[in-house]
Amino acid sequence: MKFTTAGVTLVAAAFALAGCGEQKPPAKADAGQAAPASGGVEVRIGHAGPTTGGIAHLGKDNENGAKLAIDEANQAGIKLGGQPAKFVFIGVDDQADPKVGTTVAQKLVDDKVAGVVGHLNSGVSIPASAIYNQAGVPMISGSSTNPQMTEQGFKGVFRVVGRDDQQGPAVASYLASERKPKLVAVIDDATAYGEGIANEVEKTLKAANITVLPREKGTDKTTDWKAVLTKLRGRKPDAVFYGGMDATGGPLLKQGRELGIKAVFAFGDGACTDKMKELAGDASEGLLCSQAGIPPQAASKKFLEAYKKAFNTDPILYAPFTYDAANLLIEAMKKADSADPKKYLPELQKISFNGATGPISFDDKGDRKDAEITIFTMKGGKIEPLAVVKGGKTLPYEEFLKSMGGGK
Amino acid sequence: MDTFLQQVINGLTAGSVYAVIALGYTMVYGIIQLINFAHGEVVMIGAMVAFTVINALAPSGLPPLAVVLIGTGCAVAVCMLVGYSMERLAYRPLRGAPRLAPLITAIGVSIILQHFALMIWSRNILAFPQIIESRTYFIAGAAVTNVQLAILAICLALMSALAWLVYRTPLGTAMRATAQNRQVAGLMGIDVNRVIAATFVIGTGLGAVAGVLFGTYYGIAQYTMGSILGLKAFSAAVLGGIGNIPGAMLGGVLLGLVEALGAGYIGDFTDLCQYGWLAGSIEACARDGHFILAGSNYQDVFAFLVLILVLVLRPQGLLGERVGDRA
Repeated sequence: MKFTTAGVTLVAAAFALAGCGEQKPPAKADAGQAAPASGGVEVRIGHAGPTTGGIAHLGKDNENGAKLAIDEANQAGIKLGGQPAKFVFIGVDDQADPKVGTTVAQKLVDDKVAGVVGHLNSGVSIPASAIYNQAGVPMISGSSTNPQMTEQGFKGVFRVVGRDDQQGPAVASYLASERKPKLVAVIDDATAYGEGIANEVEKTLKAANITVLPREKGTDKTTDWKAVLTKLRGRKPDAVFYGGMDATGGPLLKQGRELGIKAVFAFGDGACTDKMKELAGDASEGLLCSQAGIPPQAASKKFLEAYKKAFNTDPILYAPFTYDAANLLIEAMKKADSADPKKYLPELQKISFNGATGPISFDDKGDRKDAEITIFTMKGGKIEPLAVVKGGKTLPYEEFLKSMGGGK
Repeated sequence: MDTFLQQVINGLTAGSVYAVIALGYTMVYGIIQLINFAHGEVVMIGAMVAFTVINALAPSGLPPLAVVLIGTGCAVAVCMLVGYSMERLAYRPLRGAPRLAPLITAIGVSIILQHFALMIWSRNILAFPQIIESRTYFIAGAAVTNVQLAILAICLALMSALAWLVYRTPLGTAMRATAQNRQVAGLMGIDVNRVIAATFVIGTGLGAVAGVLFGTYYGIAQYTMGSILGLKAFSAAVLGGIGNIPGAMLGGVLLGLVEALGAGYIGDFTDLCQYGWLAGSIEACARDGHFILAGSNYQDVFAFLVLILVLVLRPQGLLGERVGDRA
């Protein structure tokens, strides 16, 4: 027992030491404005995302988006404080690993970046945000959807994509307005994600005067949903919402159809992938599901063309969002006429900007106001965008595309 | 009523798969008093092998049924090989050892098999190829699929075949003799090691079929699927009386029924709002009209609740642990 206590003390001491090392803020007042090279200001903008490993293609996609914005800003010949500004892009690889993420975040801070675009994964963005916050460097993520990121009370942390807890209301309001169910069954997998999104759906449905059956639960390892589904079948719901991942959602959908349940099945983004076709077979046809943000092909034409020209490929997923994030940083600097985070952060907080993904402004927490959520449906084994929900209003996908075509 | 009937059908299907797996536990226990904890992993390997073979043959244009049969055949062959090697390499050297030694070896074998599968098939959830078109029939309002009917028929056939083998053939007689008294059986000219090996091979072959049935029924397979399936089948074997072949069949089917009905109705019974004397004191009742204490996510608990109840109230199981001609 004594030994254990000693061990704990040692570990605690080690943490305290490590903490001391990290907590020293870079004491330079000119963070972000390195010495001008030749009669101008050099503004460094960082991008952090996984450019190696299993989702390297997504990391690279994000990086390209931010890079494009910076290249365009350099061509535009922006002046800050009366001097020509040169924007320098610094890309780092966080390997989608929270530990590596904090290390590279510290590296960006040491490199005196004026602002950061990133990270890609919520799990990496959250610990890294603490480091940027301490150093007073604003960060804007183009793809982290976990609500916790902007719930920490950090003033310089933003996102241009929707939150997980906006998806529930979006998919529920689509369901309520387009499919008009009278009775809905809600199931979740008893995880923080599944329960969270299911609660939001239930709340929104009830607000729309739709009757919701008592919640049914499985686990994140459930394969046999027949008992739950049989019980639900007896109550004859018009729609079934499931908050959970595709590995459990697939069997649920398959077994539901086998039992002869005719209701509409609606899932969150955890089960909004093409893999649903493999897992549930033909039963997946007609499934409704949601994803935060908009599909890349729905971004503004100007962005799509510039991206294609610069990288000779199409954006995969979140590039329009990181493009907007970098542009927001630059726009705020222009408004404040300075790349000093202390000066341009207030401008960023009250910014109103028309980006590649539509109009952007932030709320008090740093979340995007009226962020878009896209509703998909499974058609011929592939998920296809059906509609975009924005600020509680549903816009059919075709109309949304048209509205974006005339955008920025 | 159709809800109840449907739950019974669901329970029978899952239960008959449990029963076939439970047979593997009970046969081995009957003959060498060993709980082969690696049996669940054999079931998993059966599903995985079938997954690979069916995936490879699916685009070949062979009729779907033939592809599934070839897949099942390969799974059975591989699992029988695994079963034989397991007995030969891990358990036979420990034949004279204290009972705890082979038991711990069994847990070791289970971990080895699971990680072996992890290396070959990754940790992802594999979508089991669904090449047999699922058709649903309605009987008195309850849905039955062709896959469910096939599972019931196959399990029934396997159980009958095993009963015939154990009670009507020379090998079965040798198995029962070995189970009764290994020394005396040896003195009577029975090759005891061969009989034990045969028991393992038959048990694992049954396990392989159960793995394929499970994969086809639920549509997924993963390297961890064996542990929970194995534990449930073990509970089923104990429920029926471990070492007792008809007991394992009865135990499996009963366990499936208990699970399905339990998960289907626990939410209704634990909705505290229907009990007037409680409803008044619970805020949620006034707000939502429901306050459910335990929902269907407790489904997996029933198997283990049954296991505990049996061990406490009737340790020898429903049909008795040591009937004269256990095998």
